[in-house]
Amino acid sequence: MEKFKTLTSTIIPLANEDIDTDQIIPARFLKSTTREGFGKNLFRDWRFDSEGDLKEDFILNDPSYSGSILVAGKNFGCGSSREHAAWALYDFGFRAIVSSYFADIFKGNALNNGLLPVQVSDAFLETIFELVKQDKNTTLKIELIDQQISISETKNTEKFNINAYKKTCLLNGYDDIDYLISKKSQIEQFEQTHKEF
Amino acid sequence: MGKTLFEKVWDSHIVDSVESEQEILYIDRHFIHEVTSPQAFEGIRRRGIGLFRKNKIVATADHNVPTKDQHLPIKDVLSKLQVDTLIQNCKDFGIDLYGLGHPYQGIVHVIGPELGITKPGMTIVCGDSHTSTHGAFGAIAFGIGTSQVEQVMATQCLLLERPKTMRITINGELDRGVSSKDIILYIISKLSTAGGTGYFVEYAGFAITSLSMEARMTICNMSIEMGARGGMIAPDAITFEYIKGRDFAPDGAALEEAVKYWKTLYSDEDACFDKEYTFEAESIPPMITYGTNPGMGIGIDETIPKNDSDSFKKSLKYMNLEAGTYLLNKKIDHVFIGSCTNSRIEDLRIVAEYVKGKQKADHVKAMIVPGSKQVEKQAREEGIHQVLADAGFELREPGCSACLGMNEDKIPDGEYCVSTSNRNFEGRQGPGARTMLVSPLTAAIIAIEGKIVDTRNFVNKIATA
Repeated sequence: MEKFKTLTSTIIPLANEDIDTDQIIPARFLKSTTREGFGKNLFRDWRFDSEGDLKEDFILNDPSYSGSILVAGKNFGCGSSREHAAWALYDFGFRAIVSSYFADIFKGNALNNGLLPVQVSDAFLETIFELVKQDKNTTLKIELIDQQISISETKNTEKFNINAYKKTCLLNGYDDIDYLISKKSQIEQFEQTHKEF
Repeated sequence: MGKTLFEKVWDSHIVDSVESEQEILYIDRHFIHEVTSPQAFEGIRRRGIGLFRKNKIVATADHNVPTKDQHLPIKDVLSKLQVDTLIQNCKDFGIDLYGLGHPYQGIVHVIGPELGITKPGMTIVCGDSHTSTHGAFGAIAFGIGTSQVEQVMATQCLLLERPKTMRITINGELDRGVSSKDIILYIISKLSTAGGTGYFVEYAGFAITSLSMEARMTICNMSIEMGARGGMIAPDAITFEYIKGRDFAPDGAALEEAVKYWKTLYSDEDACFDKEYTFEAESIPPMITYGTNPGMGIGIDETIPKNDSDSFKKSLKYMNLEAGTYLLNKKIDHVFIGSCTNSRIEDLRIVAEYVKGKQKADHVKAMIVPGSKQVEKQAREEGIHQVLADAGFELREPGCSACLGMNEDKIPDGEYCVSTSNRNFEGRQGPGARTMLVSPLTAAIIAIEGKIVDTRNFVNKIATA
């Protein structure tokens, strides 16, 4: 996993609420047996019409918006547990998602792939959406060490929460498996007394 | 202070509590399928490690299999590769696979319980969000991502933050024509798709404990649709009776010992939940969804609510429906009966009982996909298959099918499908497909009438599932 420390980037705003993982990557594009290449089908049915042509009114197809931070409406990533959603966002080039609420499984999947979910207040999210409407070059700075997100233009700042262990993992590029494997003897010891009925 | 059911099961699986509120949770059973496992196997190979406990893994092929001519090679090249990869991985690592052609094959959340693999007090995971289904047995069961599938393969454990606890109590008795699917759609419509995020839910109350195991599974199955990690119901005599005699269930003295333990799995009277909700069964109508998430549900005779938010308007535009109008009498193009929510033998019995001697409406395409080979076999033995075929339903072979539109079973662009599945997201059943979630009984009635009608006007007795 790649390390995450600080990210400064312009943003792509997607104000829809309850964006589910079927929108992020539809099931018919989950047929791969590797982790790579899902970015091309990210938001497939919002980006392309049934002929495979770009839908010009969808924000990801608007060249005046760019950046590695997706700012989305609340309850982002609800629905299916497919980690392909996190892989697709990462593969497309996103490194952080900002929203006022994340679905549990998606949040875990994102953290396991070096994609940082940043949960902000409804008001802060609204401010970002308002600013980017006026200026497409609105820039956010995310500092993981200080758990702080700021809007470069206005200096609006907010602190965000992240589990301390997960933070360490992201800062150092560690994953859970390395940690769990180091606990193997303890797991074997647990099995000695654990009874499964 | 006493413990909740969740706490009793969770605490008995803690290997260690580590820094920053993470706990190492031991996993008793790991179900895998063809879509979310290949990258995990790849990871295990890349790390050069083996599986920690291969006998705790059970595999099946369900998400991406055709539901027609399963005895023939899979035509879709990518689907075939995915299913073949699962076969090869199971062979290489020595995992029990109930794949295509096996008498146990079926949707992972249907076969676990019906084979007696799912038992009270267990921790169960699978790379699928509807793993919450198994919670109906008083197990802690939840969906995980592929990185976690790899973690469990490597160590039989997960590193997790302990979820908060919620209890939802449904008192009283259900109205005629109202079933467990209506209960859960009603709850989600009240709590919203994010109302359960961060929580593990326990369902309680007479309207829950009086349900069969199949009906309980339907409720726990959709816990994820309100954002909850999982749902569970305390095991009781109905649970023990269901498990008894199943292929992998304990028997004799082992069963007696197990039941003795299982009887301790309930929330103590003085246990404390982080959040509680109570609803009255009498106020739950037959439900239907009108929008593009499972929280957008109403009583079938109600009008679509009004809401000024952009997301709400976008949703209604996709569905081509108007706020303030009734769904009653709306013409329907497709009826899909299947998915891990409602494809069990009891669901098929309910549909068959209603459609017996009737004909589906001419313009409706009605498809039934049994949850497993065992369900299919039982349906044949009970004559259900014939009843359904005579009524004009197309009978398919087991798989996830049109619930997620991953194989060729898709609903065409712009057409309406009344479905017993669990998600009505945009494009879920195929690009442009318009899904309305209902119970199997409501789906059966709509298939015959060809339009949305009030379930209560077509049944005389209380449905039990």
